[in-house]
Amino acid sequence: MNRLDDCFKALKKVGKKALIPFVTAGDPNADFTLSCMHAMAKSGADIIELGVPFSDPMADGPVIQKASERALKGGMTLRGVIALVKRFRQQDKQTPVVLMGYLNPIEFMGYEAFAASASEAGVDGVLTVDIPPEESAELVAAYEKHGISPVFLLAPTSLPHRIKKVVALAKGYIYYVSLKGVTGTGSFDLDDVANKIEEIKQFTSLPLAVGFGVKNADLAANIAKIGDAVVVGSALIDCITANADDYEQAQAAISSLVNDMRIGMDAVS
Amino acid sequence: MPINKQGKQSKVTNYQLPDEKGHFGPYGGLFVAETLMESIEELNQAYTQYIKDPEFLAELDADLHDYVGRPSPIYHAARLSREIGGAQIYLKREDLNHTGAHKINNTIGQALLAKRMGKTRIIAETGAGQHGVATATVAARLGLECVVYMGAEDIQRQSPNVYRMRLLGATVVPVTSGSQTLKDALNEALRDWVTNIDTTYYIIGTVAGPHPYPAMVRDFQTIIGRESRQQMLQKTGRLPDALVACVGGGSNAIGLFHPFIEDESVSLYGVEAAGLGVETGQHSAPLCAGKPGVLHGNRTYLMADEDGEIIETHSISAGLDYPGVGPEHSWLKDIGRAEYVNIKDDEALAAFHQLTRVEGIIPALESSHAVAYATKLATQMDSEQTILVNLSGRGDKDIFTIAKLEGIEL
Repeated sequence: MNRLDDCFKALKKVGKKALIPFVTAGDPNADFTLSCMHAMAKSGADIIELGVPFSDPMADGPVIQKASERALKGGMTLRGVIALVKRFRQQDKQTPVVLMGYLNPIEFMGYEAFAASASEAGVDGVLTVDIPPEESAELVAAYEKHGISPVFLLAPTSLPHRIKKVVALAKGYIYYVSLKGVTGTGSFDLDDVANKIEEIKQFTSLPLAVGFGVKNADLAANIAKIGDAVVVGSALIDCITANADDYEQAQAAISSLVNDMRIGMDAVS
Repeated sequence: MPINKQGKQSKVTNYQLPDEKGHFGPYGGLFVAETLMESIEELNQAYTQYIKDPEFLAELDADLHDYVGRPSPIYHAARLSREIGGAQIYLKREDLNHTGAHKINNTIGQALLAKRMGKTRIIAETGAGQHGVATATVAARLGLECVVYMGAEDIQRQSPNVYRMRLLGATVVPVTSGSQTLKDALNEALRDWVTNIDTTYYIIGTVAGPHPYPAMVRDFQTIIGRESRQQMLQKTGRLPDALVACVGGGSNAIGLFHPFIEDESVSLYGVEAAGLGVETGQHSAPLCAGKPGVLHGNRTYLMADEDGEIIETHSISAGLDYPGVGPEHSWLKDIGRAEYVNIKDDEALAAFHQLTRVEGIIPALESSHAVAYATKLATQMDSEQTILVNLSGRGDKDIFTIAKLEGIEL
C-alpha cells in the first residue's frame, strides 16, 4: 500500500470523493507553492498535483502555460520540484503528492535517477502528459522499482483498445480528461463524461479522477457525483494571476476555492 | 572521394526504417498525450492504406506534374564551380516548384490524404512561412478551411509570406507564447488539433512530430531524391559523390538523402545553422551541439539546458530556427551514415550573394547554408567529382531581411 491507495480507500469508507487541486510548482516561487500546498491540504485537498514547469507545455491552455513561464523564470526545475516535495514532507507525511509534467526533463535527468530521487523525497505518483503506454515500459519499470504510481490520462476519444492499454499500466488513479482540448478551456457535457466514466469502469477498478475545465464548486460537485476524484487546476492558477501583487491574498483565494469545492463535493456524496 | 574528417561514412544495407511503431533506433516514436492518440492512430491507418493505393498515387503524381511543375531540373552550376575550383556543383532546383520551395511536395500529399479522410479544416505551423504558404495553397485549391500558426517574431521577419498566406484565404494566427518562433507555433497547432480533432487535419511541414509524420513527410519528399538519382545518371553517367542539404527539421535533406542511403559511394552532408557560431550558444544546430531528448512527439537530438528545458535558438534563417530535428537524421548521425556540419549566418549570407551574382539564382537563406557548405567541400575535391546541392527554396521571401541587415531601405 502507499499514500495514494490508502487515501482512496479511506475516502471510499466514508463515502467521499477525492479533491485534487493542481498548482504549478514555483509559480511564482518555491516558498509560495510550499505554503499553498499546506494551505490546500488544510482546506480540504485529499491529494495535491504539482505541475512541473516545462518550456513547451503542448497540452496546456494559456493559464497553465503562463504559470509554467513564471515558474521557469523564477528558476524552478525538475530537481527543484523534488526538493520542494521534500520540504513539504517535513510537515505533511500524509497527503499524497503527484507530479504532472512533460517527458523531456525526466529524459534529461534519467529515468532511474528521477524515480529514485522523487521517491526518496516523498512523491507518490507521476503523470507524464506526453508518454503514452506504448513508450512507457522502461519508465514504468523505474517507477515500480521505487514505489511510484504511474498515473495515465484517458480521453473522450479513447476507444476500448486504448483504455485496455492504459489500465494495464496505470496505478494510483486514472486521470480522465473531460473535454477535447487543452487544460482550462472550453466546457463539457456532464452526461458525456458520465457515460465515458461508466465505460472505463468496465475495464478497471482504479479510481477515476476527472479534470480539464472544472472551474467552480458547482461543477466540482456535479463531477463528484460521477467520478471518484475531481482535479482543479487552471481555476486555482487564476487566483494567483488575479492577485499577482499580493501573495497572501492569492493564497487566501486558493484556500477559499478549495474549501468551497470541498463543501460542494461533500454535500452530494 | 570527398575528404571526410570523421572518416568514411558507414555502409548501410537493407535500410527499412522506421519500425512499425515509428522508431529509428532509439529515435522517433510516438510521444503525445492520450488526447491525441486516437487521431494519430486514424491518420496512421489512412496513411498506410493510401500510400499503397494506385489511385491515390496516380492523383499525387498528376498533381506533382501539372500543379507543382515536377520534375524539377538539375542545373550544373558551372560558373560557380569554376570560381570556387574543385568539384562540379549541381543544383536540384526545388526553388522552381510552385510556391518556391520543396514544401509543396508534402502539403500536396497530405492534403489529398486529408480529403480522403473526410477532414474539412487544415491547420499548419510555419517558421519561414514556406510551409504555411504551401499549405494555404493546397487548401485553397481543394476548398478547405486553413489556419496557420506562426510565431509573432517570425511574422515580423517574413511579412511577404504572411501576406501571401492571407491572399490565399488562410487565417494566420500569431503565436506569442514562449520564444514566439517555430517551436511555439508547433505547440499551438498541437493545441488546436486536440481541440478540433473531429474536423481537423494537421499538416506538419517537416520530418518531425509523432509517428507517422516523420515517415510520411519523408515519403512525400523522397520524390526529390528519386528524380535526382535518375537525372544525375542521365547528366553525368554516374551517381554524385556527395549530397548536400540544409537541415532545420530536415525534410528537404531526408527527401534528397533517402533514395541514396544504400549507395556507399555517395556521401551525405546535412548542414545545420550555426547562427553566430556553435561556440556562442546562439545557433540552431542540435545534431552538432545538442543531445537526445523528447519534444513534439518524438525522441531526437534537441537543444535544451541541463534540466531539459528547451532553449531558444538562433539563425538568420527562420526556416532553420528550430531546437529539434527529424528523428531519422539523429539515427543517420549515430550510425555514421550521414555527416552533420554547420554554417554560420555570415557564411550563408556570403553564399547567398555568390550564387545570386555568379549564377543568377537567388537562393533562400535556408538553402544558402547548403550552398555555403558545398563551396567549402568542393575545394577539397577533384574537378571530376560532383556535388549535388538541394536548392530547397528561392530567396525572394528573404530579400527584405537581407536588405535590412545591410542597411538598405526598400
